[in-house]
Amino acid sequence: MADMRTPLNKVRGLGSAKEGADHFWRQRVTALANIPLTLFLVVSIALLAGGDHAQVAAYLGSPLAAVPLLALVISAAIHMRLGMQVIIEDYVYGEGAKVLCLVANTFFTGLVALTCVYAIIKLSLGS
Amino acid sequence: MANAKSQTGRPLSPHLQIYKPMLTMMMSILHRMTGAALYLGSLLLAWWLIAAATGPDYFNFVNGLAGSLPGKLVLFGYTWALIHHMLGGLRHFIWDTGRGFELPTVEFMVRASLAASLGLTVFIWAAALFYSGAV
Repeated sequence: MADMRTPLNKVRGLGSAKEGADHFWRQRVTALANIPLTLFLVVSIALLAGGDHAQVAAYLGSPLAAVPLLALVISAAIHMRLGMQVIIEDYVYGEGAKVLCLVANTFFTGLVALTCVYAIIKLSLGS
Repeated sequence: MANAKSQTGRPLSPHLQIYKPMLTMMMSILHRMTGAALYLGSLLLAWWLIAAATGPDYFNFVNGLAGSLPGKLVLFGYTWALIHHMLGGLRHFIWDTGRGFELPTVEFMVRASLAASLGLTVFIWAAALFYSGAV
């Protein structure tokens, strides 16, 4: 049956999606956190360039490096998930494909974050 | 709005191909592209951390790949994407406060962040190479 109502008309009066500015706000908070944390990573890698495994492992496992790195990994993963979510919502039209992409996005960013966290903790516990 | 086409078959407003490319528009696209590149690039960070946590042999193998010419090119691009996306984010912070929307200001910020991202990337690499004794 032909649908005579426009998409706008269908959602008018339904209220917000109940999330308000949450997405926007978390994107900005993680963006802010990422600035010093990313600079820390870049400077660390620049200083570690040319170092051997023992030096790199000792540095990455030290509390002063491990804690900011853990913070970066978690903040960046949240930021990445929110950013890719917007890209998917903009470009993936089919409802099924969109949901699949959104779930894959959550899985990917979660796995990358966990992999990094695992490595940093392993280095910190000195094995 | 993505569902509008499939449900009503009405024409949508003209898209990218109809507009003359402008620097502000290209930088907006570039911000999204660098973001997507960094998304995939996070795999490299995870790989490097896992290599460091695995042991000297595997770490040396990964470090060797990173230190090769193709590896260095990828990492240089990674550094630039990181810095460029960060400066783009700072621009967005300014816009979030409701400031900086005058066209000359926007044009200036866009040019300045592009120049700064290139300059900072070269500076970081020069400093890292100098510090590691490679040059």
